[in-house]
Amino acid sequence: MKRTGVFICHCGINIAGTVDVKKAAKELAKHKGVVHSEEYVYMCSDPGQNLIIDAIKEKKLDNVVIACCSPTLHETTFRNAAKSAGINTFQCEIANIREQCSWVHKDMNKATDKAIKITKSAVERVRRNESLEPISVPVTRRALVIGGGIAGIQSALDLANSGFEVVLVERSPSIGGHMIQLSETFPTLDCSQCILTPKMVEVSKHPKIKLMTYSEVQEVSGYVGNFKVKILKKPTYVDPDKCTLCDECSKVCPVLVSNEFDLGLTGRRAIYIPFPQAIPATYTLDIKGCPGLLPIACGKCADVCEPEAIDYDMKPEIVEEEVGAIIVTTGYDLYDKENMAEYGYGKYADVLDGLQFERLCSASGPTMGKILRPSDHKEPKEVVFIQCVGSRDPELHCAYCSKICCMYTAKHAMLYKHHVHDGQAYIFYIDIRSGGKGYEEFVQRAVEEDGVLYLRGKVSKIFEDKGKIKVWGVDTLSGKDIEIDADMVVLATAMRPSKGAEELAKKLKIAMDKDGFLSEAHPKLRPVESVTSGMFLAGAAQAPKDIPEAVAQASGAAAKAIAILSQDRLYHAPTVAKVNLNLCTGCGMCVEVCPYEALSLKDGKVEVNEVLCEGCGTCSATCLRAAIQVKNLTPLQVHEMISISLGG
Amino acid sequence: MAEEFEPKIVAFLCKWCSSAGSDLAGVSRMEYPPNVVPIQVMCSGSVSPLYVLSAFNKGADGVLVSGCHPGDCHYIKGNFYARRRIALVKRLLDFIGLEPQRFQMSWVSAAEGTKYTQIIKDFVQELKPLGPQTKLRRDL
Repeated sequence: MKRTGVFICHCGINIAGTVDVKKAAKELAKHKGVVHSEEYVYMCSDPGQNLIIDAIKEKKLDNVVIACCSPTLHETTFRNAAKSAGINTFQCEIANIREQCSWVHKDMNKATDKAIKITKSAVERVRRNESLEPISVPVTRRALVIGGGIAGIQSALDLANSGFEVVLVERSPSIGGHMIQLSETFPTLDCSQCILTPKMVEVSKHPKIKLMTYSEVQEVSGYVGNFKVKILKKPTYVDPDKCTLCDECSKVCPVLVSNEFDLGLTGRRAIYIPFPQAIPATYTLDIKGCPGLLPIACGKCADVCEPEAIDYDMKPEIVEEEVGAIIVTTGYDLYDKENMAEYGYGKYADVLDGLQFERLCSASGPTMGKILRPSDHKEPKEVVFIQCVGSRDPELHCAYCSKICCMYTAKHAMLYKHHVHDGQAYIFYIDIRSGGKGYEEFVQRAVEEDGVLYLRGKVSKIFEDKGKIKVWGVDTLSGKDIEIDADMVVLATAMRPSKGAEELAKKLKIAMDKDGFLSEAHPKLRPVESVTSGMFLAGAAQAPKDIPEAVAQASGAAAKAIAILSQDRLYHAPTVAKVNLNLCTGCGMCVEVCPYEALSLKDGKVEVNEVLCEGCGTCSATCLRAAIQVKNLTPLQVHEMISISLGG
Repeated sequence: MAEEFEPKIVAFLCKWCSSAGSDLAGVSRMEYPPNVVPIQVMCSGSVSPLYVLSAFNKGADGVLVSGCHPGDCHYIKGNFYARRRIALVKRLLDFIGLEPQRFQMSWVSAAEGTKYTQIIKDFVQELKPLGPQTKLRRDL
């Protein structure tokens, strides 16, 4: 019989306060196969670990069970301790008697009984564990970054500057994301384009970055260190190498559609360049607006194109790339206009969202930096800004805080005052959230230097009245009803995950939270990793955040990716499925259910690809003969654990 | 008065969501009855019908299988298989004549400590009036 050691941690009083650890240790000592059982105040401390190491050596233990906190915390600590004492890491199992026992119960007798059962079931399990070594796989030393906003750009540059090749995929014709649409940035009032374009240029010139714009990730397979990615390259119908940016094509294009870069404040032609500093610097023919790719229907742009850059026969192309790590930076969209009808958003031309106002303020915007009403091109003298539009509204809209709106609204009001000196800016707010370096001072500056009037309260109604937009609201500080005849209203609408992010998350097999933002692996300790190893998150795809946070997270994600890419080989958990060839009849039911395509039939029997297998055990629950089992959590082990859990 | 019947429950919790959710209940110092002994499995999809029957066979008064929310499975689709399989097992147990309340499946994410706590509380309350499970017990 194997010799088992049991070590019960007090965790101060976290466990010992509810579980009688002395009694538990005594009970465990009586269990068959247990030759050593002791308790100690902090097993995870150095002396605690030494107790384990010494006992393994002195009592020639074959395996150990540590009854302590959740295995998510100290499993690695104790397995390494076991290893240093000369036994295999898989000869150490954790019994979680803190999170799943002492912390959730008050009755000491019952909690002790339960702790004993949990520990005994771990003993039964560990006795039947196989000694395993991690499976090693080679690493493809390249990365994929999905999304070419500021976060994606930063991640790509960090990776490329560390010497790794990067494929940067962006679905729109140019990189730059939302940041390139902004006029100035808080709290410094730096020109957004001026600070972003150098990075965009660096991306386009970097020898290690393969930029794929107007492209979308179609399919991802493989595993950490070795992903295979299929990328759809949509046809732009313009050869970027030949295009000289002469703009003759868009001059003759008869089609006018809404310009998404200016959020519908202007129009653009079907053949267009999104903005002058676009990277890659080339035109794109948007077939959605184009009367047809039949030159017979129109073909004007090709007629005037001197360098013959326009090619109507360009076809969609699937490009396959192999990468070792993936960073997802799909960014955000603003909350849909349709949802905010109560504020006249989408109904009145002079009710704008934050991004539209950015374009109005921008020197490269539709009004060349003059703030004018879209309806009549007059300078607005009274502007009402409304915060928390769709945010912090769990009943009707989004429950979360969009985080950046307090700051950008203060900035908007300030910029407005800098453009229209005799104008008045009002801001309706619930709270001002100005946590961040220099942020509170920035809000104060808006109030003190620019005379922005903050009104704490919500707006009840917005309607048009004699050329003005009447805003009814309440100032909850003075208790007074407020009525403002505004010339323009700017809504700080909620940030939503970018459209299409959900579909992409499914392709990548990464989780999303209830709001559709991508889930990090741990909210505090693993904020840039997804739950799928080898895939990382950055920017507003993960949660609403501002530029400095997105940049910091992007660099963090790049560093995490580099930690993988800089390895020669990666190690994969060896607790994978194993086939008993004597029992396998080759029915193939397990092959069907495997989520990782790790199983295949070979010569009438199932074969496991150990590198692809994640050890989920779905195959084993499907097999009628228990011919396929996951190592170290076999049906026999589970049955023994059930027996013990029910009292032996 | 005779001591109140305390049902014995075996809970199969998937490692990534429900076991983590149960951990969160602990971290948040929520309280629930100690009638449940958790067995951590990799995925709810790995819970074979035999595990459930084995638990009842060995004297469980109730069995819970808990996994990630449908669509959120750490292993992509294991919980979909679990859902189908559990539905079948439920029908089988019903056919045998076991009270349907004795076997439950739930979806508890890593963030749902409160939900896990409530599920255990409710489960224990539902089992108490039923008394001990004798239908499938081996030793009777």
